[in-house]
Amino acid sequence: MKYKLIANIARSLLLANWKQTLVAAIGVTFSITMFIALLSFMSGLNDMLDNLILNRTPHIRLYNEILPSTRQPIEGSVQYKDHYNFISSIKPKNELLQIHNIGAIINALKKDDRVLGIAPKITTQVFYTVGAVDLTGVINGIDVEAENRYYYFKDYVTSGNYIALKNTPNSIILGKGAAEKMMAKIGDVIQVITSKGERMPLKVVGYFQSGISDIDKVQSYASLNTTQKLLGESNNYITDLQIKLKNILLAPQMAKEYKELFEVEAIDIKTANSQFETGTFIRTLISYAVGITLLIVAGFGIYNILNMMIYQKLDSIAILKATGFSGRDVNRIFIFIALSIGIFGGLLGLVFGFGLSALIDQVPFNTTALPTIKTYPINYNIKFYLIGSIFSLLTTYFAGYFPARKASKVDPVVIIRGK
Amino acid sequence: MSKVILEAKNLSKYFYDPVKFQVLKEMNFSVNKGELVAVIGKSGCGKSTLLYILSTMDTDYEGDVWIDGISTRGKKEGELARVRNEKIGFVFQFHYLLNEFSVLKNVMLPGLKLGKYPEHEVEQRAYDKLKILGIENEALKKPNQLSGGEKQRVAIARSLINDPLIIMGDEPTGNLDKMNSENVFHIFQELAEVYNQSLLIVTHDTEFASRSSRIIEIEDGKIIKM
Repeated sequence: MKYKLIANIARSLLLANWKQTLVAAIGVTFSITMFIALLSFMSGLNDMLDNLILNRTPHIRLYNEILPSTRQPIEGSVQYKDHYNFISSIKPKNELLQIHNIGAIINALKKDDRVLGIAPKITTQVFYTVGAVDLTGVINGIDVEAENRYYYFKDYVTSGNYIALKNTPNSIILGKGAAEKMMAKIGDVIQVITSKGERMPLKVVGYFQSGISDIDKVQSYASLNTTQKLLGESNNYITDLQIKLKNILLAPQMAKEYKELFEVEAIDIKTANSQFETGTFIRTLISYAVGITLLIVAGFGIYNILNMMIYQKLDSIAILKATGFSGRDVNRIFIFIALSIGIFGGLLGLVFGFGLSALIDQVPFNTTALPTIKTYPINYNIKFYLIGSIFSLLTTYFAGYFPARKASKVDPVVIIRGK
Repeated sequence: MSKVILEAKNLSKYFYDPVKFQVLKEMNFSVNKGELVAVIGKSGCGKSTLLYILSTMDTDYEGDVWIDGISTRGKKEGELARVRNEKIGFVFQFHYLLNEFSVLKNVMLPGLKLGKYPEHEVEQRAYDKLKILGIENEALKKPNQLSGGEKQRVAIARSLINDPLIIMGDEPTGNLDKMNSENVFHIFQELAEVYNQSLLIVTHDTEFASRSSRIIEIEDGKIIKM
């Protein structure tokens, strides 16, 4: 009953000055709109840039590095056990790049429920022969389906069908740059020479464009089988295991764990790409700073308008107090006014913010660096809408707080005697 | 002698600006139920100051004010607001109606604040009060559509809505012409006689004063005639 009366009075004061109210509400609407649009857009861009790397980078990569043995034979000798042994010119031992005991490792990983999926891979150096010239290149042998499922391989195959890589024997998807250099069209057969001198003809079934032109000039993809055949290795020859986790935050810890468990090299995404996190963080920080600044400016607008309203309504405040409304009631009336401006303006701002984001989402954005992006990226995260509404309420509350306190302190005697 | 509604005990008040100055000096008096008391005196003698102290709006004074047998000294702002709401009705020189609300709503506001009756009943009571003052036909108009005399009558209706113990008036006829002043006086008189309403009216109008049941005359902060 009491709140209804206060709401009633507040509403009447609001409607009596509806033009001022509207200006104040538009201020909030505008700032919330910009806040939502800005954050959605910024966060969309962030996600896009991150995904450029994250989507293609395994959370943990297991591989075998050829290193000199850490334990030299002389250390096993009983005779020289208590000596310092200086050995010069140590060479790596002759061993393959393949991960040993691959079947057991894959089985163990499949049982680990922190792991989302595994995509095995073979990386090998090759030469593409064009006439008399040899171009250096890298062929990635991949499990086509797993690669597509976990690393969105399809998105980067700009011409041809990615699945043809699996279905056509001895096929290759060339990097766009490499294909241009060789003038190889889809359906052509190109010659590839391995580092051991084996030569093999491969049929081009598509082009691949990563967005990073240096990569596109050298990299190509073939299926695991084709690559194993090319290298003359058996079908358990795998050089890399790309692991995608359910929770990316566990990557550094799990990389360490796997390194010990499987006796292989393991690198996690955080260590490999730490600069991305910094960039993302700074961009997010800037967008929040701008958004909150907008809201604070709108808050000052509300503050001014409420202050003006109080000066205009001194008589009304005085008589309300004279007839038995306490300072607290008057305070509540003005807080109510401020909050309703905040709620009304804020809600409208959320709607317009969504509209503006949707509009930006339609603006064409073509860049050769990002073959999959056609329009500006937008992140429609409910989080921004929540933060926007909470902040609009907070700023309007504080903008209303001081004028309301002033109104509650109005001395009716001064006003009434002043007439 | 009927029941004492309002009592001032050793009431003193000082102004400190620009120099310390005693406006009210040790005042003692009381108002009984059903009395129409007029407070007169020259400008600056302290009669309005006295009224605002009695009405609980001014709390910076010495001595004590008893309303309905309860001391108002040292009460909190919220409690005093409640006292004003429930026990005191105000009529000022200026009507102080809220232009955002209809006449009826203006009368209802203190009643809604009191919350003693449900809204529809407060509305009915507001109608009744307007009827006593003969302006029930203007109930749905906005105050700025009324004449000065009508506005003052609405203000009186508003002061009556919570059936106060006492109505306080600060020059209620000060802004009105002869005829309207006459009207307002008759209303006050009727309230006192028919409804047994106590009234304490500060006025310049000696004719008004001479017809009231009691006159308190103030000079230089002292009661010289009672």
